Formats: sequence, C-alpha cells, structure tokens
Amino acid sequence: MSYLYFPGCTLKDKAASAMEKTALMAAAELGLPLEEIDEWQCCGAVYPLTEDELITLVSPSRTIFAAKDRPVVTLCSACYHVLKRTRQRLAADKDARDKISSYLEEEYPGETPVLHYLELLRDELGWDALKEKVKMPLEGRRLAAYYGCMLLRPAEEMAFDNPERPRIMEDFLQALGAEVITFPFRTKCCGAYLAVTEKQVMEDASNNIVKMALEYGAEELTTSCPLCRYNLEQTPAVKEGKIKVSFFSEPLAEALNLEVQEVTN
Amino acid sequence: MQKQNNAVNKLHSEIMERSGQDFYNCIQCGKCTAGCPVLSAMDLHPREVLLYLQLGQEEKLLSSKTPWICASCFTCGARCIKNLDLSRIMEAIRVKILRPRGAACLSPGEIPKEQLEKLPQQALVSGFRKYTR
Repeated sequence: MSYLYFPGCTLKDKAASAMEKTALMAAAELGLPLEEIDEWQCCGAVYPLTEDELITLVSPSRTIFAAKDRPVVTLCSACYHVLKRTRQRLAADKDARDKISSYLEEEYPGETPVLHYLELLRDELGWDALKEKVKMPLEGRRLAAYYGCMLLRPAEEMAFDNPERPRIMEDFLQALGAEVITFPFRTKCCGAYLAVTEKQVMEDASNNIVKMALEYGAEELTTSCPLCRYNLEQTPAVKEGKIKVSFFSEPLAEALNLEVQEVTN
Repeated sequence: MQKQNNAVNKLHSEIMERSGQDFYNCIQCGKCTAGCPVLSAMDLHPREVLLYLQLGQEEKLLSSKTPWICASCFTCGARCIKNLDLSRIMEAIRVKILRPRGAACLSPGEIPKEQLEKLPQQALVSGFRKYTR
C-alpha cells in the first residue's frame, strides 16, 4: 500500500527541503512508499479559530477531498495540525461540510485519515522493526525531542499523543539508538509566527526552551516543524554552536546510513 | 448611553458566538495565565481577558496588545479545568478588528528585507493569516 503525501509550502523551499529529502529516502528504504498528491494547495499554515470562518477551510478541504478515503501523510507539524483539524471539522460539522462540498462542487468522500510520518513509523512499521533496520545506531548521541504546539494541541482534535507527556518522538529516537534526553520545555511554544511581528517575544520564548534543553545535557534538538526549527535557531546558544536543531528525519536517514550529501540547509 | 450599551452587547455576543466559548464558565483560577509562554509581553493577562468579558467590559480588549501577542499555542486551552479554549476568544477579538477594516495589521513592507529573505514560508503564511483579512 502506498500513502498519499502532502508536502506543504515550506518543504519545497530551502528552509525545510532537508526534511522532505531525508524523510522520502527513509520511507522508500523502510517500505512505506509516499506518493505526492497532484496539484496540492497550501494548507494555510494556521487553522481558523472562529465558528463562522469557512473560507480558509476550503484549501485544506481540497486535500481531504482529493485523497478520497486514502490516508494522507504529512511531515510538517503545521500541515498535520491544519489538515487533521479540517478533517475532524468536516466529519463532525454537517453544515460546514455541506457548504464546502457545495463550493468545491464535489461529494464529501468520507473520513480521510490524516497521519503524521511518525505515526506511520509507529503504527505501520513499529519501533522494533525500525530498530532492526538501523544500520548506524546513534550511540552516545544526546538527542532531545522538541514537539512544540501543533502536533499535540488541542488534544481532543489532534489525538496524537498525551499533550503534556508525549513519548512518540522519544520512542522514535530510542529506536535509532540515541541517548534520549527528556526535558521539561519540550511541549512549550517557540513563539511561532511572532517571528514576523514580535521578534523579541519569539526569541525570548525560544531561548527559554534551548537553555532548558542545554541544562538537561542535550546536544541536539529534533523537531518536525520548520518554523520551530527557524525560531530555535535564532537563539544565542544555537548560533554559538552549543546545541544544534535538526528535523527528525535527519537522524533517521543517518541511522539508516542513507546517502544524503546533496542536502544543504 | 443606550446606543453605546447596544454596541457593547453586540460585541459581547459576537465574541461568544464566533469563539463558541461560554466565558461565564471561567472561575478565574489563572491556569491560563500561569502557562502562557508569551505572558511577559502582554498588557492584559489571559485570565483578565476572560474577566473583562464576564464584567461586560469587552471594549477594553479591542485596544489591548494581548490578542496580537497570543501565538495560538493552545497551552491555556489544554490546561483549562473548565475546557475553555481561550485561543478562540483571542481570534474572535482579532477578527472583530480585522474583518470590518478589510485591512492589515501587517504589510510586507514592514518586514525588514533581510528578515523577509530568511523567514520560512510557514512564518509568512501564518503571520499574514493571523494579522490580515
């Protein structure tokens, strides 16, 4: 079975192309082929939070409608967040569903599953099978998972992991053979889009996270959100090389010993 | 005076309807404020936003920085013992200001060129979604 893959705007840009390249290579290696959705549209990056706003649901709904009932897999935390919440809204809110269906002039195809790549690894492959595929275990590497907001909250809609004590990314890093560092601010917000309007507020929020990770002895923070990565990289500790930030699929490709030298970030 | 009251009441019900949140359920415990990662930049604390709504003084929220500082991280909602999603109330306040103006609280010209080139697409798309209509 192949899965539909929704890349989203940022993974086609230099900011996060490393995540796409490494994740797609690893998926092929692991027997989980991802097929990019034709003519996909940007998900909108944020989910509309008012009851009466349907127009910004149209674009992510196109992806749900196009998938029919095949599972859609995402890498970016924001795409996962928006597509999953859109899917939940279409499933639960008949009025919204009918209006969007009418706008798109398409029948609602039913409840399309929206999966994050990490869920695919956990539920379709399994951590033990992943561990067996590892050729170069990341022994002695002190890796910390940074979840941020979009994967986890709101927990009832995202249904991804425990919103306060998640473990999927730690289990993943453990399967790669790394020494996993669990630190208190791994689910705290990096400042998100305040990077555009309130740079200092974002830098303060990100700085708290990076300093805590350092205090707990992490040498690398790993994330699936391009904006989290960018924000965390604006902090003095990262700029001075005391700690680095990677996409979760980079240590994955490394542990699978995949040739990824063409990736520049 | 009557006219002003009507306008205020309209704003009050708009925020309740658009957010889908019954803010009278808030018991002012302050967990939203305690967990907010960007609290230090706010002029009204998240708990105070709910308090002013309960007191019928919602016009104070229209001139506050707080809805524009909120990063929609959903931590307040995750911790609310009354299951209120404050991020939706912040959005209802933002759209109240943005929709009628059809204008922007952010324009590309305001972003320094050097920063504009560095920011990932995701930052720009989400920023413009939140600060313009």
